[in-house]
Amino acid sequence: MGDRTSANSNPSISASPSPLPLQIDTLIKRFGQVVAVDGVSLELRSGECLGLLGPNGAGKSTLIRTIVGRVIPDSGRVTVFGAAADSPAARATLGWVPQDLALYPRLTAKENLRAFGRYYGMTGKKLDEAVAWCLDWAALQDRAGELTRNLSGGMKRRLNMAAGLIHQPRLVLMDEPTVGVDPQSRNRIFEMIEALRTRGMTIVYTTHYMEEAERLCDRIAIVDHGHIIALDTKEALIHNSFASRTQVIARLDGPAGKVSAWVAQRGGRLVDATAEFTIERPTEIAGLLEGAAAAGLELVDLSLRRPNLESVFLHLTGRELRD
Amino acid sequence: MIIPIVRTALVALRRDRVSLVLSFVVPIAFFTIFAVVFGEQHDTVPKIKIIVVDEDQSHSSQQLVKGLESDGSLTVTTKPAPTKDQPQPGDYTAVTAEAAVKAGDVSVALIVPQGWGANPISFRVDSDEPAIQLLNDASDTIAPQMVAGLLQKVAMTAMPETMAEQGMKYSEQYVGGFTPEQHKKINDGLERLRQTESQPDSARTGTANSGSGGIIAVKSRSVVGENKKSPMVSFEAAAIGVMFLLFTASGSAGALLDEAESGALDRVLSSRITMSGLLTGKLVFNILLAFTQLTVMFLWAWAVFHLDFFSHIPGFIVMGLCTAFAVAAFGMLLASICRTRAQLGALSTLLILVMSAIGGSMFPRFLMPDAMQKAGLWTINAWAIDGFTKVFWRDLPVTALWQQVSVLLAIGILLFAIARRIARRWEYA
Repeated sequence: MGDRTSANSNPSISASPSPLPLQIDTLIKRFGQVVAVDGVSLELRSGECLGLLGPNGAGKSTLIRTIVGRVIPDSGRVTVFGAAADSPAARATLGWVPQDLALYPRLTAKENLRAFGRYYGMTGKKLDEAVAWCLDWAALQDRAGELTRNLSGGMKRRLNMAAGLIHQPRLVLMDEPTVGVDPQSRNRIFEMIEALRTRGMTIVYTTHYMEEAERLCDRIAIVDHGHIIALDTKEALIHNSFASRTQVIARLDGPAGKVSAWVAQRGGRLVDATAEFTIERPTEIAGLLEGAAAAGLELVDLSLRRPNLESVFLHLTGRELRD
Repeated sequence: MIIPIVRTALVALRRDRVSLVLSFVVPIAFFTIFAVVFGEQHDTVPKIKIIVVDEDQSHSSQQLVKGLESDGSLTVTTKPAPTKDQPQPGDYTAVTAEAAVKAGDVSVALIVPQGWGANPISFRVDSDEPAIQLLNDASDTIAPQMVAGLLQKVAMTAMPETMAEQGMKYSEQYVGGFTPEQHKKINDGLERLRQTESQPDSARTGTANSGSGGIIAVKSRSVVGENKKSPMVSFEAAAIGVMFLLFTASGSAGALLDEAESGALDRVLSSRITMSGLLTGKLVFNILLAFTQLTVMFLWAWAVFHLDFFSHIPGFIVMGLCTAFAVAAFGMLLASICRTRAQLGALSTLLILVMSAIGGSMFPRFLMPDAMQKAGLWTINAWAIDGFTKVFWRDLPVTALWQQVSVLLAIGILLFAIARRIARRWEYA
């Protein structure tokens, strides 16, 4: 993790007498020549929801799998409530919702939950209660006896999440839990996560959807090429990158070379044939319009936009979040 | 428009290694096995192993034994192989020869009784004259008939003067006496035959090869399976059962690949379950599955084909569990080696069919050449079938299964250990 992360670490966390839900110290993982995780450090407070936001291939899933103990790091250290990752103590307190639908398709929803509960050593009444809670939480009571392979995509996603929580962990890692689901199912999943948050669950949530990170997470780590390039609250991230500036989005008509040259000259960026400029004051808009006209370009459309996490990512990496 | 379709299909086939293996490697492997067993390789044509006990030790009996020994279709043994305890074993006796047939060492034993040489040519088995005894294992339906036929042939070719003498004797007895002149001519002829007989084989010409049966009286007796209602049922139940056990085990172990592909394996391994625990759990399940499959098969054989199942429960349990363990470990190994279900399908089909062919699941191993029979010992099928045959056919006690049990357990342990080692690729990244 870069210096920003260290700078944003809360001193009060380190002073806490009880072990933190998650501490990662200078974690490095290479796959051949590729450095998937490159010196990541971070700490997670109890009850916090931390978002890992980054494009596909940024290293989010490798980081999650390292925390779970499924990837052995080349160097660095991960502790879960003070216990080394992959230790039995860490496994007992850690829940994992993998990106894949890691379920048994020929088992029913209920049988899947019971199977994973047993893998954590749960039996009897405790297991029954946990299964009932998970089915209720995932709104799958009515489909408890349905074969998993016959469930809809959204239901499978919810069951996948429930299976990660069956052993009632204190820290949950959710790896892109909304991949491939329709908007309605996504909202249902958001509600499930928000319900967990009200129970004080500590959550790490990876996504490449800015809206999800903004809605669900207290703090957001922006991940790119195995680094955490920024870590803070949404507001702080935007303020750190843009302060009080506003973005101007302009669509221009004219020869492509002429447009790109003019945009570069005015300090803007051309993204998908749309020019983006950052301005301090609204009065700067007039100057942009005049400049375009003087360059012989026709302004087709113009709008103002408050910077968001996508803008922050673009600002920090020079690339779009979904590149 | 046809050529583009053909070209596309060709490219797709070239990249589908599974289809290529199933299309070309499996048929060639099978063709080779069947060609070796039944085909044109004359130097490996299987010989029938027999034990010959010459209690008579007469000139005729010695000639007969010599004739049998020189026959290219037979491997004649007169004494057991030396062991540490008995470096120079004595000749087989009628009792030890029968025991050897019962134990499955050979399919046929010939006992030439004392006094046989006095009247070797006897057309009637029910006469009071001593007759050669042919002791056989009823599970081998081919060898006794071949040996009986060869016996008649050898009598014609290896004992010509005896044939002539006996023929003259029968002529005198039933037709009437010969004149002195006829006697002289016959004796001259017999002398020439004796002289020819004393010459080496290569010097002889014009030996008779007529297969007129019944010249030598033979009393056949099945010493194994004589009271069995369906001689081949126990063999088939074991042979077919083991082959399909192997298919089931590899298919069932393939669930591991499905779980790895879906991510369920990762999730399981992130719980309290370790890779060793997971593989052992899968192994135990596959053992139980295979054992249940065998049980169902033998119960079916009992219900429909009158296999005497309930008299052999201890032996069945021992052999069933050991076989189930070996095939389950085999399935686990295949699943750990393969990367995809398709790979597993191709590899298991190839290996199981080859193992079943040379291991005796498709045709009895005693029909195979020696080299093929030895190769069969590298298969689970051969040891399992041998064990079940000992239990259900030879009615041997559980203690007699130690060899099969040891080998099957060793195979299971070895294959599972290798599977565990290879499964490390799933353990951590």
